[in-house]
Amino acid sequence: MGEFFQHIINGVSLGSVYALIAIGYSMVYGILQLINFAHGEVVMLGAVFGFYAAPIIGGRPVHPSLALFFSVLLVAMALCGLVGFTIERLAYRPLRKAPRLNCLITAIGVSLFLQYFTQLDFVFGAIPQSYPEMISQATVLDLGGLHISNLQVIVLALSFSLMAGLQWIVYRTKLGKGMRAVSESTDIAALLGVPVNRVVSFTFVLGSVLAAAAGTLVATSYPKVDALMGALLGLKAFVAAVLGGIGNLPGAVLGGLMMGLAEEFTVGYLSSSFRDAIAFAILIVVLLFRPSGLLGRTVVEKV
Amino acid sequence: MKTTFSLKNITLILTGLAMSLTFTSCKKRGEGETQVVRIGEYGSMTGSEATFGISTHHAIQMVIDEVNAAGGVKGKKLELISVDDSGKPEEAVTAVTKLITQDKVDVLLGEVASSRSLAAAPIAQRYQIPMISPSSTNPKVTEIGDYIFRVCFTDPFQGKVVAKFAHDDLKAKTAALLIDKKSDYSVGLADFFKQTFTELGGQVITEENYIAGDIDFKGQLTSIKTKNPDIVVVPGYYTEVGLIVKQAKDLGLKAIFMGGDGWDSPKLVEIGGAAMDGTYFANHYSAEDKDPKVQDFVKKYRDRYHETPDGLAVMGYDAALVLVDALKRSVDFSHKAIRDAIASTRSFPAVTGMITIDDHRNASKPAVMLKIESAKLHFVKRVEP
Amino acid sequence: MRIRQLIDLVSFFLVVGGLGWFIQNFFDPYPQTIIALCGINVILATSLNLVNGFTGQFSMGHAGFMAIGAYVGAALTTIVFPHLGLGPGPLQPVYFFVATVAAGVAASLVGLVVGIPSLRLKGDYLAIVTLGFGEIIRIFILNVNAVGGARGLGGIPLMSNMYWIVGWVVFTCIFLARLIRSVSGKQFMAVRDDETATMSMGLSTTQIKVRAFIFASFFAGIAGSLFAHYYTYLNPSTFTFNYSFQIIAMVVLGGMGSLTGSIVSAILLTELLEQLRKLQDITGVDLRMVIYALVLIGLMLTRPQGMFGQRELLDFIPFWRNKKKAGALIS
Repeated sequence: MGEFFQHIINGVSLGSVYALIAIGYSMVYGILQLINFAHGEVVMLGAVFGFYAAPIIGGRPVHPSLALFFSVLLVAMALCGLVGFTIERLAYRPLRKAPRLNCLITAIGVSLFLQYFTQLDFVFGAIPQSYPEMISQATVLDLGGLHISNLQVIVLALSFSLMAGLQWIVYRTKLGKGMRAVSESTDIAALLGVPVNRVVSFTFVLGSVLAAAAGTLVATSYPKVDALMGALLGLKAFVAAVLGGIGNLPGAVLGGLMMGLAEEFTVGYLSSSFRDAIAFAILIVVLLFRPSGLLGRTVVEKV
Repeated sequence: MKTTFSLKNITLILTGLAMSLTFTSCKKRGEGETQVVRIGEYGSMTGSEATFGISTHHAIQMVIDEVNAAGGVKGKKLELISVDDSGKPEEAVTAVTKLITQDKVDVLLGEVASSRSLAAAPIAQRYQIPMISPSSTNPKVTEIGDYIFRVCFTDPFQGKVVAKFAHDDLKAKTAALLIDKKSDYSVGLADFFKQTFTELGGQVITEENYIAGDIDFKGQLTSIKTKNPDIVVVPGYYTEVGLIVKQAKDLGLKAIFMGGDGWDSPKLVEIGGAAMDGTYFANHYSAEDKDPKVQDFVKKYRDRYHETPDGLAVMGYDAALVLVDALKRSVDFSHKAIRDAIASTRSFPAVTGMITIDDHRNASKPAVMLKIESAKLHFVKRVEP
Repeated sequence: MRIRQLIDLVSFFLVVGGLGWFIQNFFDPYPQTIIALCGINVILATSLNLVNGFTGQFSMGHAGFMAIGAYVGAALTTIVFPHLGLGPGPLQPVYFFVATVAAGVAASLVGLVVGIPSLRLKGDYLAIVTLGFGEIIRIFILNVNAVGGARGLGGIPLMSNMYWIVGWVVFTCIFLARLIRSVSGKQFMAVRDDETATMSMGLSTTQIKVRAFIFASFFAGIAGSLFAHYYTYLNPSTFTFNYSFQIIAMVVLGGMGSLTGSIVSAILLTELLEQLRKLQDITGVDLRMVIYALVLIGLMLTRPQGMFGQRELLDFIPFWRNKKKAGALIS
């Protein structure tokens, strides 16, 4: 029985990271109908920035400290927000009126560019590095086969606080209202005086900030940082967004948690060989049988 | 009526090929350029097993430089051409193909990982270029052909060493296996461990898998934890091992972790952290070995590269030494003669012991068991074959 | 009629034989490897263009079909045939041909299975679901231990020489060119140009799309088998989304809807990637994929229709353009 609950804890922990990333996908798709393939790479950059920031802020060698962790987190978030802003301005804004296909290809191009650029020797390199340990491992609960580490608690707490923060931004601020308006209809929002460009930039920055947090949390939990770590994470988080209903933020969170649990239970009870397959299987099933996802709305195609 | 073979299509193909002609350079490397012996090296200089390739490369470079400084072999200098395979077997294939067909190497050194040696060796065999693997331990590697050699022990021996140590020294009765399905080495070593361990009366109570590149192992570890084994054997490579042992500690898994020479890397402790204390693994050598040859090598390596050499470095060194010795004894510099000279290596005094290449083109070598304590590798015992 | 077709067949073999012989004997082994890869990529790019360019359906899983072809072809020549006693020997080229055709058929069957449910979706959704299928195929192969699974499949007989590769490339180009000019081809383009109109004419657009998909995956399978028998080693991690995307890049660069465009850009990009390797030898930095990605982004920002758009290479030659215009009125 303990094993079952342990799997639940592991799954929710993993899932909350997926949720953070999935929100970014959903937000961007909601307002631009663009699948931002480069989002996974922003997650990776969050980890990479943190990797460089930690010894600069905390001195060498890096000693675990909660204060250091949060400062590194903030730095990563700020830098990734900048990256997200830049990507949108340079690669996506010029294509705002172009066919969706072109945007898709561009997004994939940006994703590949970031992956391979980071692999260059004078940037990060092609050798995985170990993320500095900023939170010393401590057991929070060890009861009847169930073992929860402080790391897992921090991941959960941070993820949910950020998601709550996002909720506040989307529903209680002006820019949030603008986001909701643009996702309904870009043209009408523009007619009503919503600063579309600013809203779009803001959305990207927000998504990237969450991605940075996700990247930091992933690197803290699994201290291996390499240029390709964002690819698979991004893909799975994207499936989570689709599962929940792409464009729908609570859906992204739900999707993320379900993906995390599905993955964990597949590995625990089926076979670890299918860990990645389950993500794509879910993707295909959802797209074939309920493309709007769990919480999304079906869109009628106008002729 | 349009013909199938219209002018248009011919033009298409010809245009394409013409462009191909202009772009492709038919650079022929000197067939007649026999002033050097070209040694091709392929290894994982990047990727998750980067330290394998880099360590090996450093050591081989040391030998090349030493030999060239002393005037080369029979008046010819040694030229080392290194290609990175990023740790991927399919890239090992292209790397070796390039080394043989474009760089026209006379002999190959590589690879560390058995999967990559297994992928590339058939190419070397086909082109009849002798290949010496410094550290590939899977028995199938040398079975590929008579041009493929190795200077390290093989996994049937290594598996036995780990199993005996677990049973005799650690008094373990039950074991769990966590195998990397992407690695021939991991799968093979797990099998050999299982054989001996069960022969000795132990029991392998559960087997779990992962794929190199995974970062999350909590699912597998949680399942293992419920079975409560005495030891968990992870015959994989250091990057995943570090993460695995760390996550095991996070989950409160109390078993002793053991592994093989794939653990050997300065990065292991960096990634695994304090969780690595109290774990054991089998290896080709220990830097603490008092043998003067070992200490001499350790000092030379430290002076040049400012770090303690790992097992891969010393094996790279020995492989290069064996090669140079073979070149000296070889009748001429034809590939067949070099091959024959390597095959007739007898009691060659290498850093890791006496190397004799047997009829199966393997070397019979001792293994050491190392324990990790306070983030350092400590010598526990040596096991002769 | 019969004599015409006989002449076609003979000239086919003459051209293929001549070209193959020329390449095999006048090029060093290393440039030959580049030409071989060019040939394989040409087959991949042109077949993908059939779906993405001519039918307007954005498929991102082409590498998956290539993988099926590669593994089926390799499994046949390496495992099944020797088991049946049909090992190496003078008849091996025949076995290779059979295995390659079987590879194509297997890939097209998978294409049928994947296509029927997927092609009901549109645009982004179709792209993503094909991506998913491509990955599932790869992961599936990863778990089939009989063909080596995650460790890969080695010992594949080296059968793809220049004659075979040139032969299949020429066959593919001619076949696809004819297909496009046929009724099927017109249907593909109709679906691309206005699906709703095509539907309202009583045609089943799903059937048309699936048909394109089947042809495309057939040739992807052929390319896969050629690939397997050239490199003699297969690993599932070769057939990732990255490879699919490389092929997409070739199609987009050449112009979606231009067969010659795909041929030219496949050769160009394969060459580019190889030549950049030389740059890497000099600078020590692997800029290949970085430049690749930048080229693609730049292309989408400045000239998204690629090199030829929907026109063919020969459309630029006035003589040919006029001849084609005249012919269009008659035929």
